[in-house]
Amino acid sequence: MSGWQTLTGSAIALPEANIDTDQLIPARFMSQPRSAGYGGFLLYDARQANPDHPLDRHAAKVVVAGRNFGSGSSREAAVYALVDYGIRAVFAPSFGDIFAGNAVNNGLLTAQIDDDVAALLMARMARTAVAAQIDLGTGRATIAGQDIGFDLDPVRRQKLINGWDDIDLTAQYSNRITTFRAAHFAAHPWAMPTS
Amino acid sequence: MTVARSLLDKLWETHEVLRRDDGTSLLWVDRHLVHEGSHHGFAKLAARKMALAAPELTFGVVDHYAPTRTGDVAPDIRRMIQTLGDNARAAGIRLFDLHDPEQGIVHVIGPEQGLTLPGLLINCGDSHTSTHGAFGALAFGVGATEVTHILATQTVWQKRPKTLQITFDGALGAGVTAKDMALHWIAALGADGAQGFAVEYAGAAVRALSMEGRMTLCNLSIEGGARMGLIAPDDVTFAYLKGRPFAPVGAAWAAAVADWRQLHSDGDAVFDRHVSIDASAIAPTVTWGTSPEDALPITGHVPRADGGKDIRATLDYMGLDAGMALTQIAIDQVFIGSCTNGRIEDLRMAAKVLAGRQAVVPGLVSPGSALVKKQAEDEGLAQIFVQAGLEWAGAGCSMCVGMNGDLVDAGKRCASSTNRNFKGRQGRGARTHLMSPAMVAAAAVTGHLTDVRPMLEGRT
Repeated sequence: MSGWQTLTGSAIALPEANIDTDQLIPARFMSQPRSAGYGGFLLYDARQANPDHPLDRHAAKVVVAGRNFGSGSSREAAVYALVDYGIRAVFAPSFGDIFAGNAVNNGLLTAQIDDDVAALLMARMARTAVAAQIDLGTGRATIAGQDIGFDLDPVRRQKLINGWDDIDLTAQYSNRITTFRAAHFAAHPWAMPTS
Repeated sequence: MTVARSLLDKLWETHEVLRRDDGTSLLWVDRHLVHEGSHHGFAKLAARKMALAAPELTFGVVDHYAPTRTGDVAPDIRRMIQTLGDNARAAGIRLFDLHDPEQGIVHVIGPEQGLTLPGLLINCGDSHTSTHGAFGALAFGVGATEVTHILATQTVWQKRPKTLQITFDGALGAGVTAKDMALHWIAALGADGAQGFAVEYAGAAVRALSMEGRMTLCNLSIEGGARMGLIAPDDVTFAYLKGRPFAPVGAAWAAAVADWRQLHSDGDAVFDRHVSIDASAIAPTVTWGTSPEDALPITGHVPRADGGKDIRATLDYMGLDAGMALTQIAIDQVFIGSCTNGRIEDLRMAAKVLAGRQAVVPGLVSPGSALVKKQAEDEGLAQIFVQAGLEWAGAGCSMCVGMNGDLVDAGKRCASSTNRNFKGRQGRGARTHLMSPAMVAAAAVTGHLTDVRPMLEGRT
């Protein structure tokens, strides 16, 4: 996965709280292989219910949403749906923990902003697509002409910038893992399943 | 002087292989549980031409897509189950396949088999992995990329969460359960209230819970935003585990219990946050909206506004009027089951309400595992459900997640013992009200949301 530091593109608002992973990708699509492309599944039912849905009016790279975005299940498919559609960054007051971890593993920024900043942006954006610029290095973005700061765990920021792959990263510690395993089961022999 | 440590501290230290300068820990994984949804992880591993690091610590379970009724199985469902079987056989892991006599929902059979033990680190590509924390295990859900990493290395990168202690003092009233405790705190703190925290549950009302109740409480931690829930193990825990197929035996059992007795927060351990709740003040609780935080005592009313939150769209989706009594909400069907409330105690509670009564709406009862199913049949519970007019089905995730074809139709309203009332969760356009199995049973009898407490009077 390649990393990124700056991004320019259009942003749309999804002004709801609790846009959970079941909404982001309904369960019935999850038996599909990733090679099928998940972008068409993104918020499928919401888009079906609203032919004028912002995702269908604009080719956005950035989403501004309400609190607790991506709450719910661990399905990484919710991130695949966003990424395959073309979304690279979501700005919201809070995110589901597992979702946020999955996001960084797929190059998707989960940028945390204050409630009042989210409300201000949504008021400015309304139903239109606006210009957005993001700089991971400075932790600042300009959305709809508004300069804002966002919070992002420094580890996640570094990972997005470098495009790190954890398995490659962990390979350098393989000796320490082997040593740990032996000591761990020596100290806690009951931790090995019996049958 | 030794520093007072929380249960989370102790579990973390025992599994920390190393900590990077940026504060991220590499943790050893004692048990990795995979299911049909793990196909992305296996595919990624195959693409890298890598093998499993520890097949002896990896266990496969057919649950999300498991058909629970007889009849034709849709091709894509059959393919999902087949793919897990192929991956499990190629990797050489123990698979609890569809027709295994010990098959069931991963968070039901892990404990049932004694794969779940205090002091272990347990991962699964499922957010309700928090369930296993009821045993004092460090257990949390992971996504597909992390599943791949665990398959490849038997470790997981993780930043230590903050700690939130929720103390339930006093005793629960009759007809009030762990489900009500969970919905109560999630309503109070919000569905993102515990994000970034590991929740440790404590207090007299928690100690008084059975393992089944503790699992329900920890299971729902993620609905309040916490990836992990924890309860210190005690004699109730040890009694539950003793003799389970994968639990230690003989001298190893004694050594294990001695270790496990150390797994509690020290008396002066410091938590980042503490919340205290009076258990005796908790009523049977139901949800009215599309987030688990939209929960109220059954004696309440559908809100007109929720703390400034615009709830019109929620009420539209749910087909409810602001201000109506919760007990006025008529239902179309019921569901009892899931990793939240599909265990034997849950079925006993529901059967206690249903015995000698008739359901006035259709409903499905899906036990959490094949062993729970057998036990319920041996105890005569299945017969009570069938006599009440409900359908007695096989074990699996079933109508909680709707992947196996057990769905609620659009616009239909279901009283459900599950964990998520999200839009479309039980099927496109489905309306879900979360509650305890006893409350589901009560709703089945009356046809609307109902306070179960009077219906339990005189029944022991």
